[in-house]
Amino acid sequence: MQKRRGSKILVFLLCLVPLLWLGWRAWNGRLTANPIEFITHYTGDWTLRLIVIGLCITPLRKILNQPDLIRYRRMIGLFAFFYGCLHFLTWIWLDKFFDPGEMWADIVKRRYITVGMAGFLMIIPLAITSTTGWIRRLGGKRWQLLHRLVYLTAVCGVVHYFWLVKSDIRQPLLYALLVAMLLGWRLRTWMRPAAKRPAPMRKTPAPPSPVYSQSGQLVEREPPAEA
Amino acid sequence: MLIKQADDLRYSDITPKSLYFNRRRFLAGVPAAFLGARELLSPSARARAGTTKLTAAKSPLSTTGEKITPEDDVTHYNNFYEFGTGKEQPADLAKNFKTSPWTVSVEGDVAKPRKYSLEDLMKVAPLEERVYRHRCVEAWSIVVPWIGYSLSALLKEAEPTAKAKFVAFESLYDPKQMLSPFQAGIPLPYVEGLRLDEAMHPLALLTFGMYGETLPPQDGAPVRMVLPWKYGFKSVKSIVKIRLVSGQPPCTWNEVGANEYGFYSNVNPNRDHPRWSQRKERRLGEFGKRDTLMFNGYPQVAGLYSGMDLLRYY
Repeated sequence: MQKRRGSKILVFLLCLVPLLWLGWRAWNGRLTANPIEFITHYTGDWTLRLIVIGLCITPLRKILNQPDLIRYRRMIGLFAFFYGCLHFLTWIWLDKFFDPGEMWADIVKRRYITVGMAGFLMIIPLAITSTTGWIRRLGGKRWQLLHRLVYLTAVCGVVHYFWLVKSDIRQPLLYALLVAMLLGWRLRTWMRPAAKRPAPMRKTPAPPSPVYSQSGQLVEREPPAEA
Repeated sequence: MLIKQADDLRYSDITPKSLYFNRRRFLAGVPAAFLGARELLSPSARARAGTTKLTAAKSPLSTTGEKITPEDDVTHYNNFYEFGTGKEQPADLAKNFKTSPWTVSVEGDVAKPRKYSLEDLMKVAPLEERVYRHRCVEAWSIVVPWIGYSLSALLKEAEPTAKAKFVAFESLYDPKQMLSPFQAGIPLPYVEGLRLDEAMHPLALLTFGMYGETLPPQDGAPVRMVLPWKYGFKSVKSIVKIRLVSGQPPCTWNEVGANEYGFYSNVNPNRDHPRWSQRKERRLGEFGKRDTLMFNGYPQVAGLYSGMDLLRYY
């Protein structure tokens, strides 16, 4: 149990590295001559990267036969949301200065902002319902269905990026390919008839990795594995 | 070299670098309490690529009342896609750019076509230092003391014929020193154009230097145009060819996206870029945004466009 918690802490710290790096660059005055633009792009990049990493979990579990990877998915998803919030905050604060008129004008007029905003709005309910309590309240099936919204968020994120670059589309193209592969893999799995699907991976039908506090109380249950 | 006069101080000396770093740290949300202590360890300004001192008389055509943008910002925040699409890439990838020997060909519909060496080109008219606002189509802006002379001096020397109606510019494209068009995301060589009367306007500056020195590679060495009333991409860099022609010449960004980047590309707060607003801009080094001015605050060019619908001819 100690080792497993250690690995979660490690993933947590890894997810914080981009923020610390940003802080380090800020500290050393290395945010380019246009720090606000730099912060906007940086936080946007990491939101998209973490969404892609989160989408890798399920395929990697199956392909590498590492079902335990599910333990990191919630944290990665929440970090994607966290960087998304920073990205959004940079926009409303440092770009729009909390002017609702300007914000609304941009949302309806600039299609890259429209789609970016849509992607952001869609992961808010996912962040809220990420807790074990909400999984129980919604029930695994419904929870899973809701959390498929992240596929749309990923697509919105890529389109958002595509529409804002001036000419050099290599980066957005790379993300588009990754997201297409990850969603394509899922599509292929769903299309395969149930009979041909691989057998459940767990050897024993144990409840999915519960986590206990030191006093032995159940503190956390992992979300349903599929999706 | 003569004894340096007081007004020949480097511009980076005028505004202490540390103040700017301070501001950036604050913007980034680093607690202000640490700043005083950290100040002592502030990094020094980055070294500048091999430029030499260039003296010039101050021009009456300078923009007044504007704070000059720190040189380090202007030399490390560039759009020069031949040397990378990142803002800080050109300073790095262009640092060994070979600008000598350099020739500029003035040709086409002119009575006196000529290939100028850079040295000869710099002697066509006395060099002036002109402070201009410079507004990028990406909605950021800078204020730079450029050194050069009005392009009209060179064009008059070439004597355009009656057929000449436009001026076409071409940048160097050297695949050995620069990225491929695929990496740059735009066709190369970079080409630009002006109507002849625009090119003859005294504000159109053929530019050899900035901040009291020759141009650094990332800012368009050894010779570029500066057109303060147009979006920055019209101010073509590292020029090798100036050709007078009878028809409207192709322009790189216009070819990439004609609905986004027009032939004229005059700074116009009323005509949005299809993907973003052009109403406001962020001056590098400032926290807030400021209103963008028609013709970037150079109303003296308005006569060039009288009777034209500037929303249509953007």
